Parts: sequence; C-alpha cells; structure tokens
Amino acid sequence: MALNLRSIAEEAPRTTAQALEAQLAVAAAFVRKHTIASIYHAGSGHPGGALSCADLLACLFGAELNFWPNAILDPHRDRFVLSKGHAAPALYAVGAQYGFCDPKAALRLRKLGSPFQGHPHVLDLPWVETSTGSLGQGFSVALGMAMGLKLQKSSARVYTLLGDGELQEGEVWEAAMCAAHHCLDNLCVIIDYNKLQSDNRNSAIMRLEPLAAKWRAFDWGIAEIDGHDIHEILATFRRAGVTKHRPSVIIAHTIKGKGVKYMEDVPQWHGSVKLTREQAEDALRSLGAKGAEIEELLDGL
Amino acid sequence: MAFDRPTASLLEGKEAPALIGTSGDSLREAFGKALSGLADEFPTVVVLDADIAGGTGVHHFRKSHPGRLLQFGIAEQNMMAAAGGLAATGLIPVVTTFAVFCLRAVEQARLSLAYARRNAKIVASHPGLDVGPDGGSAQALEDLAAFRAIPGMTVISPADPTEMALATRAILEFDGPVYMRTGRSPAKRLFGDDHSFEIGKGRIIRDGGDVTIVACGVEVARALEAAELLAAEGIAARVVNMATIKPIDADLLRRCAEQTGAFVTAEDHNIFGGLGSAVAESLAGSLPCPIEFVGVKDVFGASGEPDELAELFGLTAPHIAQAAKAVIARKKV
Repeated sequence: MALNLRSIAEEAPRTTAQALEAQLAVAAAFVRKHTIASIYHAGSGHPGGALSCADLLACLFGAELNFWPNAILDPHRDRFVLSKGHAAPALYAVGAQYGFCDPKAALRLRKLGSPFQGHPHVLDLPWVETSTGSLGQGFSVALGMAMGLKLQKSSARVYTLLGDGELQEGEVWEAAMCAAHHCLDNLCVIIDYNKLQSDNRNSAIMRLEPLAAKWRAFDWGIAEIDGHDIHEILATFRRAGVTKHRPSVIIAHTIKGKGVKYMEDVPQWHGSVKLTREQAEDALRSLGAKGAEIEELLDGL
Repeated sequence: MAFDRPTASLLEGKEAPALIGTSGDSLREAFGKALSGLADEFPTVVVLDADIAGGTGVHHFRKSHPGRLLQFGIAEQNMMAAAGGLAATGLIPVVTTFAVFCLRAVEQARLSLAYARRNAKIVASHPGLDVGPDGGSAQALEDLAAFRAIPGMTVISPADPTEMALATRAILEFDGPVYMRTGRSPAKRLFGDDHSFEIGKGRIIRDGGDVTIVACGVEVARALEAAELLAAEGIAARVVNMATIKPIDADLLRRCAEQTGAFVTAEDHNIFGGLGSAVAESLAGSLPCPIEFVGVKDVFGASGEPDELAELFGLTAPHIAQAAKAVIARKKV
C-alpha cells in the first residue's frame, strides 16, 4: 500500500515552529481586518500597501523583535521603523495585536485628538520609534539608530520596512551606501515589493529593476522571498540575524491589497481612499470575518 | 536702566582687553576648537560630517576624538535624518556641514529632528556673503528663514569667537533641536573673557537712545562701527547683539522700542525671513515702530571677498548708519 504523504503531514503532531507560524497567520489576518476597519472609520487612508505588509509586520512583532509592551524604552530593545509611514494602519493594528496599544482605540485612525495619526508620530505613540511619512527618512533614522547602538556596544537590532516606490527617493541610496560602508550588520531593511505605487505600476512610473542587483552592488546581504510566506519570512530573519559585517536587505515580493480580492494588484487602492460600508464588509468577508466580528469592527467605535 | 555692560565697543579700545577689535579665529574654527574642548565633558556627543570637516572646523574634534566623528560622505539628507536615529539612542548628534547644504536637508531636519523633538544640533558653516569667493551658489541667504519656520527649532547666530565658544557649550547643555550658524572668514573679536551667553537672550552691547540697531553674526561688528559713525554725527545708537534669532528676545525688543522708538536690523541673510522679519514680527505684536532692514535684498550673492560683497550688497557700517538716519526720520514726533 502506498503511503499517503499528504495525510501523514496533516496528521503529524505540530511542531512548536508550526504552531508559531499558525499563530502569526492569525495575527496577520487580524492586522488586515483591523486595517480595513480603521480606514473605513477614518474615511481615508492607504489600504493597499498596509495589506501587502501585514504578514511581514506580524512576523516582526510576533516572533522576531526583542520588543515588549512593558519595556518600550528599554535601551537594549530591538527597534522597528515603518519607513513607509503611510502603512500606519497596519502598524497600529499589529501594535494592537501584540499589546502596544488598545485595539479599539486604534480604530480611531486619523481622528482629531487621536494619537493614531495618518502617519506615525513618536510623540503620540512612543512605541513607533520615530515619526515617518516622508519617504526615505525612516530608513536614515533606522541607520542612525543602528549606528548609535553599535557605538554604545548594544547587541540590539534595527529593522525598517520600506515601500518599493520609496526606493525612488535618492536618500534611500545615500543610506544604502552609508550602511554598507559602516558595516551595520545590526540593520535589516525589508522591502514591501508589491510592484505598485501611488499612481501606477513601478515599471510605468520609474523602473526599479534589476532591484536585487542594485542592493548587491551596494554590498548588502540580500534575500528575495515571498512576503506572504510566514515560514520563509521567519527563516530569512534568522539568516539576517547571523549575517556579519554587512547590513541585510530582504526583498519581499508581495501583492498589494493582499487578502481583499477586489483590491489585489489594483493601483487605485493605494490610497487615500474612502471605503463604503459595503466595500468594508466585502473586504472583511474576503478576509474571513463573520457577522459578529464584522459588526464589532465596523460598529465598534 | 537695564542694559548689559558694554564690554564690546569696537572702537573704545581703552576699556576693552587688548585683543578686542582685532581679527580673531573664524567662527567655524572657534566652534571646532570649542567642540573638541567640550567633548570629554559631554561624552555622548558625536559629530556627523559630510566630507568637509576641514571646512566646518570639526577637524579639531576629529583629531581629538576620532572615534566619535561619524563620516556620512557627501550625502546630507541621510546625515540629517540619521542624526534623529542617533539621538533616539541617547547620543547628542552634532550635524556639521555648510549652511547651503543644510538647506538641502531642511525637510529631514523638520520631520526626523524637530517633529520628533530630538536633542540634535545642526551647526552650519559658510553662511551668507561671508562665504566670499565661492560665489552665489555657495552663499546661503535663506537658512535662517527656513530653519526659523520649523516649529521647536532654536536658531542661533553668534557674533565673535568668544561668543561662539560659549554658544557651543550652551547648545550642548540645551535639550532640543538647534540650528547654529558659524562663519567662514576671520571674525573680529568683540567680547572679552567676561562675556556670557544665554539662549534666547539679546544683549545691549552699546547704549544709545535715538535708534536701536539689532544685528546678528558678522553684522554685529559692522553695527558697532555704524554706531561709532553715527556718534560722530551726534546720533546715539543702541546696538543689540541678537545672537538668538529664535526664540527672539521679545522683552528686550519691547524695551528698546519704548526707549528708542526706531530700529535697524542687520544680517548677512535675505531681508525676508531672517532676523529682520523676526524683529518685525515681535514688535508688530508689542510696540510697533519704524524699522529699516539691512540685509541682502532678495537677490543671490556673487564671487568676491566678503568685504567687497558687503559693500556691493549694502551690508557695511555706512549702510547701517544710513539706514539708522532714515529710520530716525520716520519716527513719530
């Protein structure tokens, strides 16, 4: 009798690693649902690029970062900087998932008096590490943090998430050259490579390819992965963590609007968009939310 | 009457230490030496350089504390924002480059330093026509305006090497983002060892009741000369060294308005947006009175020696004296 490998795999006791990956998938799904809800309540925001980086954020906050809600000012914490600051709804959602802020409060996105501004602001929310929104700057700030930590002999690491359109900023390449020159192996750049930017495809606005070759030429350690494959993301973080003498870049191929069928790979959902009730419900159903959960998210303010 | 002891009258040499009025270090050299001297007392200070340490004066720091001089190459945007990251780890970054290249990174200073309220210092050499032969492209005449418009940014332009050394200590002791001008050319010594400096405070350095000349940077020496020229014509001009452009010393300006009723501002900068604007804004809200603005009149600079340029663009002592007479004529009787 031939072995049914598929059924063995399914029935095998789950390893700790598999259990963690399953947890992270749930967290990523929460990030996507919360993102849709907060943008719905705000009446504006950037859903496409927030949905594309949800898995990356869940892996960072749920498994990779030595960063805890009860020690957000610990000098030896790992730092995460959202250089693509317009994906703020996803950052707030992952923060809510992992205890850095209240999930319900974080639904008050872009509202007067709310600390959850349209782009992250460190004086409103210290755990976002720095204020971002002007593309390119978060990367440089992260580089400065990595440099400062090394000078102070800290083993903490710094991670920063960049958009693909962001790579058109000249400052990004200033920072890329600088980080390699200073051998900042405590710095890890993640590129949310969803191939779309504000107005159109990268290839139509300003070509990025050959992208890996550019970073290789700048002497970075490079990994190119599926940015929605949690196992691959975690494995790549492990490799970046042991890369010595050079900074690491993870080029994460993603799908803009990932998880919401009508948004996937459609430039118009970059933002800043207003979601109707029907669109928001559609999106949440597409993300696996059911009746009560949809009501809680959309009527919960 | 409340005014500070006039240690600095340029031409009243008999009361002042012998060196006063002579040519001293450039402000950039004075800054560089002071910073190097303060480095052990301020162990968290790191200096950021964009390949012009020899020009900004921080070659002194590089020599004394090489491990704390961070090289960013010719890439000012990255350097400026990286200062925000360094500050976030508890260090005190001192960003050094030419004033004109600070303009290139104004937005980084805005978002990553001021908006995030980082304890970072920007020290800009080569401001204004004082740059001289490098010409119009290199002469920043807009930097005070640009940095003054950023919320929470303190803006300072000391007048002589003694004051520069004191200001260097003051900005390191101060918690918050600062933009400070140094200068390229040798600067006249105006102040003796008894001089003191406080961020946010202007100083009356020569008294008079007919008009107040408010100056900063290299124009302070010219303002003192102008006061001397005016004295020869029987006009008593008060000279205020307004080393802090933001926050401006509104109390002192109001007092001068009450006591003299007319102002001349003098700066090596565009007449729009810098010291003159700060003075006018302040007085408009307290005690409006006539003001004449000495500065570069909304044009770009050119190559030439600093003194030649000052003459060509109307920044010399006779220009200031002329403006003083004009503004006195406008006073309400």
